[in-house]
Amino acid sequence: MEKILLLAHTQADGSLPKAAYESLNAALTLATDLGGAAVTVGLIGADVQAAADSITACGATNILAVSGEDFAASRYSTDTVAVEALVKEAAPTLVLAPTSSRFSRCLPGAAYRCDGRIETHIADIKVNDGAVQVQRWYYRQRMVATLARAQRPWFLVVDSGVFEPWQGTAGSAEVQALEVAIGDDCRRTKVIGVQTPDSDTQTIRPEAEVLFVAGAGWTKKQPDGQVHIKKAEELILGFINSGKASLGSSKSLVDQSSEGGEVISFMSHLNQVGQTGSTPRHPKGLATCCHGEEPHTVGWRFIGERRAISLDPNCGWAQGKADVLYVADAFEVIAKVNALLA
Amino acid sequence: MSGGFHIVVCGSLVPDPLQTLEPIEGPTGPALKNEMMLPAVLDPWAGHALFEAAELAKNVPDSKVWLVSLGPKAKLQQLMMSIAQKVSFELVAIDGSAGGFTDPFDVAATLADAIGKIDGLDRSKLLLFGGCASASRDSGVTMQMVAERLDIVDQFLAVDKLTVGDDGVLEILERIEAGQYQASSCDGAPAMLGWATGSLPEPPNNPQVGMMNMRTVMPALQRAQAAQVGIGGVQYAAVELPKQRRETRVVNDTPAEEIAQEIVDWLKA
Repeated sequence: MEKILLLAHTQADGSLPKAAYESLNAALTLATDLGGAAVTVGLIGADVQAAADSITACGATNILAVSGEDFAASRYSTDTVAVEALVKEAAPTLVLAPTSSRFSRCLPGAAYRCDGRIETHIADIKVNDGAVQVQRWYYRQRMVATLARAQRPWFLVVDSGVFEPWQGTAGSAEVQALEVAIGDDCRRTKVIGVQTPDSDTQTIRPEAEVLFVAGAGWTKKQPDGQVHIKKAEELILGFINSGKASLGSSKSLVDQSSEGGEVISFMSHLNQVGQTGSTPRHPKGLATCCHGEEPHTVGWRFIGERRAISLDPNCGWAQGKADVLYVADAFEVIAKVNALLA
Repeated sequence: MSGGFHIVVCGSLVPDPLQTLEPIEGPTGPALKNEMMLPAVLDPWAGHALFEAAELAKNVPDSKVWLVSLGPKAKLQQLMMSIAQKVSFELVAIDGSAGGFTDPFDVAATLADAIGKIDGLDRSKLLLFGGCASASRDSGVTMQMVAERLDIVDQFLAVDKLTVGDDGVLEILERIEAGQYQASSCDGAPAMLGWATGSLPEPPNNPQVGMMNMRTVMPALQRAQAAQVGIGGVQYAAVELPKQRRETRVVNDTPAEEIAQEIVDWLKA
């Protein structure tokens, strides 16, 4: 019988991120599909009581924790030791965890230390004839594989947005704290802090309903023969703010900064979606001034409803990929959309 | 700082992103159709790691860069024709599959073994560089496992900036959620940095650098040991292309006002 450990780490305020509740739901569903496998929760953070209280009704066999100041920050050396201790205590065959920058950094090394194997970017988990199978994408979301492993423990790092978050009543949880000794060799790295862009330029919003994708067309010559970068910036930011959207960019647009071209000032490689960027999950997506063929459009892969504005009716971003293609001038349309949203 | 860094970059080839990819069932597991014929490029994020390594080596005296590359020998040779003109490095070639369906656990073991055998490598000066994920398997796990095998416990993922202080302390910016960066410091080498885009443009081709590199690249390719890197313990039940093709409604010859209203209605629905 499989035995499941669900790992989660707290955020700065002591709460769990939404992705942790999604992975908890995945773990509980998997346990049911396996005919009642035991689920243990393992928490990491400075103080995990509030997080444990929030999931006390989930039906986990027990809640383990590695906590304290050494585990407040996201740091490979200490996080790996924490995960190793939780796995040793729970002795799971399957370890589920949400995708986060913290877990993406430490779980591969932890899996190695536990003589386990790891799969990341899990897009689905199923039980087939009693065996666990997972689905993940290869070649940057261009093909999807269903696979299994015999090796245990098997770490499965679940992408956010794949499962619905677990919901339940908060209570008072009993937490089994594990004592983990940290040596000075684990403190060579010191986390200084988080650099947050100011509110005007914080354009990446994973929880947004809409992804707005800007293509290189925004920086090209317009019908008057001139480029209008400032106008483009104003329109894009206007939409992002009034539409409460997240901003994505095509590769060609962000590459202009390293090629010396005139650029959208608040756009960076962090905004890039697609082949060498991110593939975010949002219910809706609106692409503007994008062009390109299939390899570039993987940024769309996990967007629910998709619409595009382009002057090219045969645009590769849109034909067969979008639900609706508006053949129009994005400068003109977005200005009017912003006015309606204001 | 004194002494310089020994920078080892792990990076291999991936199919040119513009190529159409089709999975097939090969003799040992899934593979790409015409995989050996597909034009290849240096894995993008590993490429950024290499360019950052070269820049760091240029700025810190007595530093040296190695590129450890696992791939079919013939394809590595083709790749070197372009990469070797960009920046200076010494190649460590391993002859084996660079496919996306290989097991990262086995790949990490192969890379760590090759790094451990590098003549003259001082582990106390080691900065292990690589991409934060490959454009093939896209797992983002290999570099951490290589580092673990080399006893490196200071690891950073999705790095965009590295600054080295006069005292040798590393200051690192890693991408985290929502477009933010985590800033950390580390008391010097050894450390592993899995790079995201970094901050450097792709260097232009420099034939002189190419000629210098090729003096060591060709012997390295000839010396390349064969590695049996396969799918390992993974049992693939299916590998498929996404089949969904949407019926696109094309809205043409419509005033901007009407389009804008339709978009707003859709956004609010």
